[in-house]
Amino acid sequence: MNPVARTVLQRLGLGLVTLFIVSIIIFSAIAMLPGDFARAMLGQSATPETVAAFQREIGIDRPPVERYFVWVGQMLHGDFGSSFASRTGYRRTVAEIIAPRLYNTMFLASMTALIAVPLALGLGILAALYRNGWFDRLVNAVTLTTISFPEFFVAYMLAYLVISRDTFIGSEFAQSLPHWLALSLNWILNAVPKFPTLSNVNDQTPFWEHVWRVALPAITLTLVIVAHMMRMTRAAIINMLASPYIDMARLKGMSPMAIVLRHALPNAWAPIVTVVAFNLAYLVVGVVVVEVVFVYPGIGQLMVDAVKSRDVPVVQACALIFAATYILLNLTADVISIATNPRLLHPR
Amino acid sequence: MTSYEPIAQVPRLRRSRATRAKTALKKAPFSAWFGLLVILGYVIVAVFAHWIAPYGETQVFSEAFAPWSQQFKLGTDQLGRDMLTRLIYGARNTIGIAVATTLLSFAVGVSLGLLAALYRGWLDQILSRAVDVLMSIPSLIFALVLLSIFGSSITSLIIIIALLDSTRVFRLARAVGLNVAVMEYVEVARLRGEGPKWIVAKEILPNVMPPLVAEFGLRFCFVFLTIAALSFLGVGIQPPTADWGSMVRENATLITYGDVTPLLPAGAIALLTVSVNFVVDWFLHATSGLRDER
Repeated sequence: MNPVARTVLQRLGLGLVTLFIVSIIIFSAIAMLPGDFARAMLGQSATPETVAAFQREIGIDRPPVERYFVWVGQMLHGDFGSSFASRTGYRRTVAEIIAPRLYNTMFLASMTALIAVPLALGLGILAALYRNGWFDRLVNAVTLTTISFPEFFVAYMLAYLVISRDTFIGSEFAQSLPHWLALSLNWILNAVPKFPTLSNVNDQTPFWEHVWRVALPAITLTLVIVAHMMRMTRAAIINMLASPYIDMARLKGMSPMAIVLRHALPNAWAPIVTVVAFNLAYLVVGVVVVEVVFVYPGIGQLMVDAVKSRDVPVVQACALIFAATYILLNLTADVISIATNPRLLHPR
Repeated sequence: MTSYEPIAQVPRLRRSRATRAKTALKKAPFSAWFGLLVILGYVIVAVFAHWIAPYGETQVFSEAFAPWSQQFKLGTDQLGRDMLTRLIYGARNTIGIAVATTLLSFAVGVSLGLLAALYRGWLDQILSRAVDVLMSIPSLIFALVLLSIFGSSITSLIIIIALLDSTRVFRLARAVGLNVAVMEYVEVARLRGEGPKWIVAKEILPNVMPPLVAEFGLRFCFVFLTIAALSFLGVGIQPPTADWGSMVRENATLITYGDVTPLLPAGAIALLTVSVNFVVDWFLHATSGLRDER
């Protein structure tokens, strides 16, 4: 068997095992619920019959192994069970709650990826090309700062910037400044596009309107993830530039840009792809906070609301989706770096 | 010819720990100084919160969302509590909880990691595989699942985040521990019949200290940001405890009116993280023997 294929298959198998164990952990969440949970959910006035019915509904009366396989089986058919928010005669399935929100989250994540990945690669290549120059230092300083800020700080700063476009000139701070300074600051602020600071969308929202409304969340997430990707791209390319074949290309008289694009970049793909996938996986976490800031109806906000109301089936479904995405993205990164780097095939 | 002075009697000058720290500080770059001063400021505010704050932590005044004034330097929040006071107490609560969590995470992670490095075999296998699985779920998501089960109280918050974070500490402690555990002096101690507690405390721990201290700073930042994010989402530190993450969320509506106040707690979080990063950067540079080629 081809050694590349074997390593890839091994890695895929390991990924499946991880996914299996993770699903068991998330499943056992419901088994770890405190005993009086049913009473706490239904309120003090609940009769013992209602409590028993609720316990039967969430299946505490059956053995856990059986419940696990029923749960996984249903999950594979797209049935995530019903939410604790459903009442008699009004069943709210987790699937119907999640489906539209999953689309929204995917929309935001793909839009962020479409902006962030080319931007990070471009900045990284330029920084490697003009390394130790002012451009490199500027980009480094800015990205280092954004990387150590909490997401909600970046998000609210952006929202504040957009809002102060209208409120700045009337504020006390502007009046305490010299008139010309206030006017020119106002002029700069007016160049900021008037992005919506609340990303309320529904399934009737037209496509471009949707893009416009998620602009701020997408920019926030971009700022958060670009730093890491850009620094890795820069480091990988600079590492490659020390190789003899680059010296050869230089002696041939190739331009620096052509050297980076034709010789350094193709060999630097493996670490770059790994870090890109890793950061897209990080989006999974970042999306939760950013959705809450901009009140965007995505799966992250749903999960936070479900945690607050302790709606465990919804939390489980969201967690499983997040965890599966995370594992799959990391798996993809590993597979790509194995496939593009023959050196990994000979560990010794 | 005069008689010889015995050289051996000249007392050998050995710099004490304090003087060594002083020379290191003198050579520290500006960013490290800045970071140290900021951290010192935060610690002073946190420790003396009770004396610095103008009002009580949960003292409520009649006017909610009051603007900045003489009486309320930074205005009041959504229930009419003084913002400045809440910020000062927030330093104590947010930083205190983050420090407690990081300490617990290190106690668990370092002891298990060093034990795994010392014994290897099945203990190492079990712990490492368990850590692999735990790390395959994003920790914020895992924390959300656990919080939905156990409910949000400060104790469960500290334990959950510390356990999730100790996986990363475990990996580092095991990796550096493995390098030291194969040294001859550890072998000698083992042959001498010392117990595992003694070997870990006296032979291994002093030799793995620098990377662990640097990691402590980084883990603190991470834990601090995670707790702030959870509190911001409303599932972390619960009211009426003053805390920066929840302060941002509760007063976020003010931003719509162009008021900068809700950004202050978020800025306080950001400033502390940046400062700790600066100091860790310098510490790593100073202890790892890396020198700038200049």
